[in-house]
Amino acid sequence: MSVAAAGGELFRRRYRRRRLFTEAGSMVLGFVLLIWSLLPIYNMFLIALDPEEGEVEFTGNIVPPEPSLDAFGVVLTQDDRYLAQFWQQFGNSLYIGVLTMVLTLVIASLASFAVGRMRLGKGRWLTGAALLTYAVPAALLAIPFYRAMHSYGLTDSPWAVIAAQVTLASPFAILILRHYATLIPVELDDAARIDGASAVQLYLRIYLPLMAPALAVVAIFALVLAWNDYLYQILLLNAPGKMTVALMQGHLFEDPDAAWNAMMAAAIIYALPPIVIFYALRRYVTAALTVG
Amino acid sequence: MSGTGELIATGPLVSVQAPPPRPAPVARRLLGSDLIWAIAFVLPYAAVLLAFVAYPVGYALWMASKPSLYAELIDDPVYLTTVVNTLLFVGLGVNVKMFLALLLSGFFMRRRWWIKALLVIYMLPWVLAAVQAFISVHWILIGEMGLVNRLLEELFGIDGPMWFNNRGLALGSNIAAYIWKWMPFWTVIFLAARMAIPQEIHDAAEIDGATGARRFVHVTFPLLANLYLVCTLLSTLWTVGDFNTVYFVSNGAPALSTDVLATLGFRYTFDGIKPELGLAAMMSALPVLIPIVIIMVRRLHTREVQL
Repeated sequence: MSVAAAGGELFRRRYRRRRLFTEAGSMVLGFVLLIWSLLPIYNMFLIALDPEEGEVEFTGNIVPPEPSLDAFGVVLTQDDRYLAQFWQQFGNSLYIGVLTMVLTLVIASLASFAVGRMRLGKGRWLTGAALLTYAVPAALLAIPFYRAMHSYGLTDSPWAVIAAQVTLASPFAILILRHYATLIPVELDDAARIDGASAVQLYLRIYLPLMAPALAVVAIFALVLAWNDYLYQILLLNAPGKMTVALMQGHLFEDPDAAWNAMMAAAIIYALPPIVIFYALRRYVTAALTVG
Repeated sequence: MSGTGELIATGPLVSVQAPPPRPAPVARRLLGSDLIWAIAFVLPYAAVLLAFVAYPVGYALWMASKPSLYAELIDDPVYLTTVVNTLLFVGLGVNVKMFLALLLSGFFMRRRWWIKALLVIYMLPWVLAAVQAFISVHWILIGEMGLVNRLLEELFGIDGPMWFNNRGLALGSNIAAYIWKWMPFWTVIFLAARMAIPQEIHDAAEIDGATGARRFVHVTFPLLANLYLVCTLLSTLWTVGDFNTVYFVSNGAPALSTDVLATLGFRYTFDGIKPELGLAAMMSALPVLIPIVIIMVRRLHTREVQL
């Protein structure tokens, strides 16, 4: 056997071994990531599927011994004193979440269109000021925000929460939209202008459709932000009729007397809307990109 | 293909994007109805800024302007512990999370069907509602019957610790829960940025012999460095305002020794009924936060010029 052939063989074997190592390594990493991502979610199901009412600490099992969907039935029929208003609370959460999403989309897209595409002279200042909002952490803004809502007469109103969430979501939304807009040639606007399109038509017919992927990102971001919120809701909402799911569950989180299997079933149901919207929009965005 | 990646992939957040052929900026002034429309479009957001940021912030400055409040803060031993906790929570949480997200974004670039499927599962913590997710983390760790301690015993025969009886462990739990929740979001941002790097650059690097770790250090990272910095700064600002993680995972246990400024401010306001003191506690973070915003805005600006 010639030296060169032996060397080639050695090289090939080493290459194959290295590939095997990378493959095995990425599988181990993938497995670790899978466990890491799913552990708290698995725990939710573990508790929710337990037929025993009562303390979580009593279960102590790694797999549900007799999995049962009873807890979900309790939530659906509101058959528990803590969950008696669950669907009303769910509706309140949805109201806040969806309006936050829609208003953030409208306000941020209008502002980024005017500043980025219509070349509004001093517009840069506005987007700079928007980012300055984040110098004030959300938790710090909450207390004076509560006082401000008082002076606006928005006490105990879901609109106060929506206002807070739109305020917190918009700067990031404007950042994403302005960056994405630089991908769309300005010549498109100019051409439409020559054809006699007005500013409103430009926004509706050219800007919004072409920005769809970025708008989808903003929509998910705003919805997740509103869905995650607890602090603003506890500060700004009082009346039992205005309660949200996050508030109800947050209040009870250390209460060992709550029916935790039903509470976790409620948590799983509450988790669904953002997940559904996320995966729905994901597909839409992919389609939009491949067509465009 | 990974839709989540592509979601933002085309966003020009990376500086390597070829500059779009742009004509010399025509000094075109907005006239007449156009100017009115542009102002009308900006007006809603300007109103939001004025009514919901400027006014409350002004109010906060006025409420927290008494120097005696800060003397009272310094006298409270819980405040000093909280400052240390906040530094640890934000410093470790943000940096570990960002660094892992950057590395993992490389992992998710691999073209394997199971890695694409894994990305879908990996994104779940981000879209899961924070309150419920952190309550679940709380239950996982608490007592002897929590899932983690049960697993430790079943699989390795180890007696797990009482996670919330020890300050270090409780703080670590908060940080781990925070990373769990927010790492997916930033991983996707970096994934999108990596996908925007033209393949030719990688090909050229490979010809020059840069592969694996060397390619990451000398090619990929320098291209992403500016984005990485901006994201880290933005994430730092958001994390200082993060109330949910600490409130629902450790809830300050043991004995208010793991609170951060966000939760301490809340406690002063509600349990102590001293909103001014709560505000002052949060205000004390501003001298650090304002320079961070300024650096961030300038960094964003430089990149815009590069493009």
